[in-house]
Amino acid sequence: MWWSNLFKDLSPASFFNFSFLPKYGPYFLKGIAYTLLLAVVSVLLAVIPALVLAIMRLSKKKLVRGISGAYIAIFRSTPLLVQLSIIYFGLFGTITIPRITILGFVDISRFIPGVVALALNSSAYVAEIFRGGILAVDIGQTEASRSLGLSSWATMKLVVLPQAIKNVLPALANEIVTMVKESSICSMLGMVELMFAAKTVASTTYISLGPYVIAALIYFCINYPASKAIEAIERRMRRGDKR
Amino acid sequence: MATNAKLINAELIRVTDVRKEYNNGTVKALNGCSFSVGQGEVLSIIGASGSGKSTMLRCLNMLEVPTSGHIIFDGVDLADPKVDLNLHRRKMGMVFQHFNLFPHKTVMQNITLAPVYLKLKTKAQAEAKARELLQRVGLPDKANEYPNMLSGGQKQRIAIARALAMEPEVMLFDEPTSALDPEMVNEVLDLMRDLAKAGMTMVVVTHEMGFAREVANRVMFMDGGQILETGTPSQIFDSPENPRLKDFLSKVL
Repeated sequence: MWWSNLFKDLSPASFFNFSFLPKYGPYFLKGIAYTLLLAVVSVLLAVIPALVLAIMRLSKKKLVRGISGAYIAIFRSTPLLVQLSIIYFGLFGTITIPRITILGFVDISRFIPGVVALALNSSAYVAEIFRGGILAVDIGQTEASRSLGLSSWATMKLVVLPQAIKNVLPALANEIVTMVKESSICSMLGMVELMFAAKTVASTTYISLGPYVIAALIYFCINYPASKAIEAIERRMRRGDKR
Repeated sequence: MATNAKLINAELIRVTDVRKEYNNGTVKALNGCSFSVGQGEVLSIIGASGSGKSTMLRCLNMLEVPTSGHIIFDGVDLADPKVDLNLHRRKMGMVFQHFNLFPHKTVMQNITLAPVYLKLKTKAQAEAKARELLQRVGLPDKANEYPNMLSGGQKQRIAIARALAMEPEVMLFDEPTSALDPEMVNEVLDLMRDLAKAGMTMVVVTHEMGFAREVANRVMFMDGGQILETGTPSQIFDSPENPRLKDFLSKVL
């Protein structure tokens, strides 16, 4: 390609040495797809457990509250890499998942443990998002519903949650943005996401810096517009509430 | 006042020695309240802010759980923890100061939600009833609007319709006009007046002395978590006995 010459005289350690791109570009593309899949699937998987955790956290029963509180505390107070390693080698050391490749590039024997670990981690954070969302719904809503004779469960389902979920959608989208970044840690366990692609390219081409610079650029170009878009949606939603 | 004279039949609610304490008894919101509400009666509770009148009202349908005492409704003690409150709350409509309409539901859905979910009516029956109620509260064309498109007075009339949709035996009003702009107060009071005329049993916590005097059969004055005086509107407003009631009236009338 015409711009390959640009890199001819650059040292392998140069910040701007991107001479690997023509050959290894597709590698990065696959990495992007893997990363996005990892982030989106793990947050989506986290939603239901997070909802259960949040409702447990708001329970009147101390034991129920305690279980959920302990789960959230553990996952929020230990590093993701440690959790990932324990789940990968511990839980999935005993369960064998067949090496089946889906979508052409996702080996489920690695993908599933990674997604499960990220989802378990994410559910602790999403639970706190939901808890905040539920608490932000005016108590008068609950009172009105209960005064009509609806049970606390029906009140939660029909009145509180629909309003809470609308409020937490932006925070949930932000959690996906966070996961896009956090999932880079999965490269440590051989999941072929974006960071893994960068590492592989760096070690094959002996270009030590450029691949990581490209990875950083890609992460930025995904997350920055995404978080700006979320902000805009949030602003619009707030305006809608005021009517 | 002769216009308020009404034959009060059976007792519908009996409250005995209800106490409500907060923070392990350091704050006493209700200090031994006893009274009863007869079928078809309109009872107004008046008193200054913090006198315990709203707490008392909220104890009637157990939105506030009394520390001790009994609330007998339809022969059942609601303060008994074994009682299925959801069943009894259906028969007590409640109207709040801040309306508390469900903002994510249309007016129609607000009114039909509980009767349909609780399988008291089919959707078609509930909607027919809702249309009739919307007619009654003077908002027949608002069925498909969302609450945020309505004025305060309209919201409160919808809230009343929502409570009436459960066909309650008693309606509890917690300062229903306090959050309204002055020009909207009358549309709500007029509706409440109609309800009273139609024979609905009502307990009304209010700052509207004119309404209490004109519509209530009985007025109850509360102060410091206690009921200090109860009587007909003319007794309470024209010849008050308790010095604190006299003081209160001199400030609000």
